[in-house]
Amino acid sequence: MNAGSLSQSELAAAVAQSDRRRESAWSLRFRIITTLILLAIGTFIAVYFNVEATFLASAAPFIAGGISLTIVVALLSIMLATILAVLGALGRLSRSATANAIASFYVSFFRGTPLLLQVLFWYLGLPQVGIVLDPFVCAVGALGMNYGAYMTELFRAGIQAVPVGQREAAVALGMSEQTAFRRVVAPQAFRIVLPAIGNDFIAMLKDSALASTVTLHEILWRAQNIGRREFKSLQTLLIAAVFYWIMTIAFSALQSWLERRMAAGDRNQAVKA
Amino acid sequence: MSKPIDLRGAAEPHQLHPAEKPGVLVKAGAGPVLQATRIAKWFGDNHVLRGASITVWPGETVCILGRSGSGKSTFLRSLNFLEDPTDGRVEIDGVVVNADPFHTEGKDRAERIRELRMRAGMVFQEFNLFPHLSVIGNCIEAPILVKGMARKEAEAIAEKYLEKVGLLDKRDEYPSRLSGGQRQRVAIARALTMQPKVLLFDEPTSALDPTLVGEVLKVMADLAHEGRTMIVVTHEMDFAHEAADRVYYMDQGEFVEVGPPEQVIDAPQDQRTRDFLARFRTLGTKK
Repeated sequence: MNAGSLSQSELAAAVAQSDRRRESAWSLRFRIITTLILLAIGTFIAVYFNVEATFLASAAPFIAGGISLTIVVALLSIMLATILAVLGALGRLSRSATANAIASFYVSFFRGTPLLLQVLFWYLGLPQVGIVLDPFVCAVGALGMNYGAYMTELFRAGIQAVPVGQREAAVALGMSEQTAFRRVVAPQAFRIVLPAIGNDFIAMLKDSALASTVTLHEILWRAQNIGRREFKSLQTLLIAAVFYWIMTIAFSALQSWLERRMAAGDRNQAVKA
Repeated sequence: MSKPIDLRGAAEPHQLHPAEKPGVLVKAGAGPVLQATRIAKWFGDNHVLRGASITVWPGETVCILGRSGSGKSTFLRSLNFLEDPTDGRVEIDGVVVNADPFHTEGKDRAERIRELRMRAGMVFQEFNLFPHLSVIGNCIEAPILVKGMARKEAEAIAEKYLEKVGLLDKRDEYPSRLSGGQRQRVAIARALTMQPKVLLFDEPTSALDPTLVGEVLKVMADLAHEGRTMIVVTHEMDFAHEAADRVYYMDQGEFVEVGPPEQVIDAPQDQRTRDFLARFRTLGTKK
């Protein structure tokens, strides 16, 4: 098309239309490719591993029975991790040598060793000194402590990301350091780290599969158990994978919805006047 | 632990500069509301403040001028101990805090500094409004938390001051939706809601778009004329000329010239003040 023969507004409309056309063509291609990938995987499975509807019908509900436990373990662990991370971040930022040393050791040690080792330590190590814990407690304890160490650094960075002028304005108004932290710095730091907590929760959903090693009957344990017994591990692991996958998609969607709502909430509150 | 060392500034009595006389709005017989005595500050090897003193009577507006890096902001921030001075003494409305660089972490001292800060409202260059609170929330947060004021009462006071700065209609807005000039006016209302004895302004218009400077200066001039006690660190010569009872010129951590604006700005005696003001004229300031 010859741009010179168009008026300015016609040109703008034509450009916008062409942009739209290009975008919709792109997203069509994207969807086609995604569908093709899924179809290919589906066909591969159907052709090579004669899918038995009866086996699927019995295995899938059994494995699905672990979903609630997986979610409960992940939820409790992320809660424990959040509490530990708040304490850890305060310790890492503390001028007290004692608090700082304890928090620094915690972060260093729990980030510096494998999560699987930590899970086993709770389950296999502690009984040797007479501490026998329920597998559920082992899983939540190990996951919570480990994620707490990572989140400590996250929270510390979140607190430090709040401009120093905020603390100064608060104490200049006569607030004590503690009040300034609680009422001015912490709420802003929380906003900063909230998306990251969501990401960690989704990662936790998947890492909670390690709880299967301490006999917790969550998704992966069930998949392995029934798969070994029937010599159909490939099928059961795929089923478990699909469940994890759906859960992470669902929670990611929930997370972005929450974030959008929070942003919208800010705007609405602001407009209310 | 060593014994507390007698510091020079804290040990010697406050002395008036010959040019420090109560301004026109000061009630007869009123004593000073703020005295800062020989404030010194070292940042490592850097001697930022070299024993600067200031006396302010209730109802006065004083301006502190000086090049950037001369120590004027550090001096202002020492008055409410946002910077802990190395030496010296600050008294505001009867509350005294001495510099005590060897014992900065005591609980009693923190409490005394808090008492001091409650009497000195501060307005920052970067506004520092609380972004998670509405305009009214920004104003009432400290009165409720610090003074234990009832929400209703705090809101009534805040609304009075928001009206004064012309932003009562923005009462429930969030800071992110305000212009820079509006934000700074809210910051002034927030400081006023604590009903301080003296307001400290740290270059309040330096971060503003030039077209927004006027609305903030107008609010400040109104406050000055109605007898608020104000200490203003600024580069706004016209404001200093119009609103100040006294002008202090700081150079390398010392006040080298003190006097009424007609003297310090129009007919400076000190060579350093002259050089500074000459630069301003070349930048196009008329006065």
